[in-house]
Amino acid sequence: MFQNIGEMLTLFWRTLKSAGITWRQRRKIADQLFDIGNASLLMACILSLFIGGVLALQTGPMLVERGLASVIGGIVGMSMCKELAPVMMAILIAGRIGSAMAAEIGSMRVYQEIDALQTMNINPIHYLVVPRVAAISIALPALVIFAILTGWLGGALVCAFNNEISLSFQGYFNNLKDVVGMGDVLNGIFKSFVFSLIIGVVSCHQGLTTIGGPRGIGRSVTKAVVNSIVLILILDYFLTRSLLYLE
Amino acid sequence: MNEISTTETKTHALGVDIQGLQKSFNGHVVLNGINLTVKPGEIFAIIGPSGSGKSVLLKHIIGLEKPDSGDILFNHRSIQSEGALEKYRLAMVFQSSALLNSLTVGENVGLFLSEHRLKPPSEIRRIVAEKLAVVGLEGLEGRAPSELSGGMKKRVAIARALVIEPQLILYDEPTSELDPLMAVTVGHEILKLRRKTNVTSILVTHDQHLAFGVSDRVAMIHEGKIIFTGEPAQMKNSENPVIQKFLNAKFNS
Repeated sequence: MFQNIGEMLTLFWRTLKSAGITWRQRRKIADQLFDIGNASLLMACILSLFIGGVLALQTGPMLVERGLASVIGGIVGMSMCKELAPVMMAILIAGRIGSAMAAEIGSMRVYQEIDALQTMNINPIHYLVVPRVAAISIALPALVIFAILTGWLGGALVCAFNNEISLSFQGYFNNLKDVVGMGDVLNGIFKSFVFSLIIGVVSCHQGLTTIGGPRGIGRSVTKAVVNSIVLILILDYFLTRSLLYLE
Repeated sequence: MNEISTTETKTHALGVDIQGLQKSFNGHVVLNGINLTVKPGEIFAIIGPSGSGKSVLLKHIIGLEKPDSGDILFNHRSIQSEGALEKYRLAMVFQSSALLNSLTVGENVGLFLSEHRLKPPSEIRRIVAEKLAVVGLEGLEGRAPSELSGGMKKRVAIARALVIEPQLILYDEPTSELDPLMAVTVGHEILKLRRKTNVTSILVTHDQHLAFGVSDRVAMIHEGKIIFTGEPAQMKNSENPVIQKFLNAKFNS
């Protein structure tokens, strides 16, 4: 496990060092961005609409009972932007995009395509890793913005139409506006940026270290998704802790 | 990224010196002290049964594997010294062709030029068309590798290697998956390329017709060791029982 972490950190460092060629790879980044957006935007919006909704549904009746209906907007708004949107979107993207990255690079490794690149003096990190990590680090924070907005909307809809809550759109969003500041939204976006680097590096690393045939590719895909999610959840705690210090 | 020039067409061929090369995987010895010298501009064939370490040897020559001990020299300079491999233009035709499946045939063939930004796109298109015509696949630029037969893929891989205008070209089983006629065509391509550019060619094969038909010298590898080096005629006349058994393998009906 420690060897894996060391290799991933090395890959991350080598990717960072190659960041200068990002502009040169813009066409590949644009292709990757299109793939990620196309595959995930609708799913991200539906998912967060329901997360926001269920959050309002769980907290709403309890708060109404205690005469605190007016704070629902703040609770849903804050939870969505600081925690749920970044973490849930990161898990979704690890499952959808991280797995695809590991599978694609893994099959390129198994079928000697990466060896072929190396014999042509083409650095696989420049050619394969940099565009993917760059694309995911743009796409995930962008998806999180959509997720935050639809999550808020999901909460508002449940508050308005659930008989036990019956909080107007205006009441909900007024409180949300009072409680949630721009800094909180940026906090969530920053977290998602860190998570995107984890997904990109873990998935590319698993792909590049694939051995064996199709079974090896399957193993890499599973490990890419599981390791990404575990690392995201562990790092989320420490990241939250450090961000709380900064506030 | 290392800038590579392709201005010259007549290349300075590389001499390759392999000295005491040893490699084991998980305790299993694959290369057991290989010594070989390939002269500049020579076509050198390494034959041997499957699993004798031929492909692993090629991977060492092009730097995809690191030896446990021993060394490989290009023009008397160790390839393990810093930047040595990047200094030379090398190409390898893989047994599996190893075309990038996410790219078209044309993009595969032009990949070296486009990634290293050596030529403008219109010039790359012209070169790609020219090299595809050389291997008899003109007009297939837009096809996906998955639409091609094994033999066509191999010829695309050869075209991709030609684009590099290499000083040393390595062929890993260039005629496997090819019918006898196409195998002859590939053999002619190997000869033609050497005539045009004076490239050093090392081919690994178990196709003795190809090895004897095109090469200046042949070596036989057996259980990780070179057991014979010489001209094709000398090998045919060798009395070594392993060589005779390999060359005269037949069905006993």
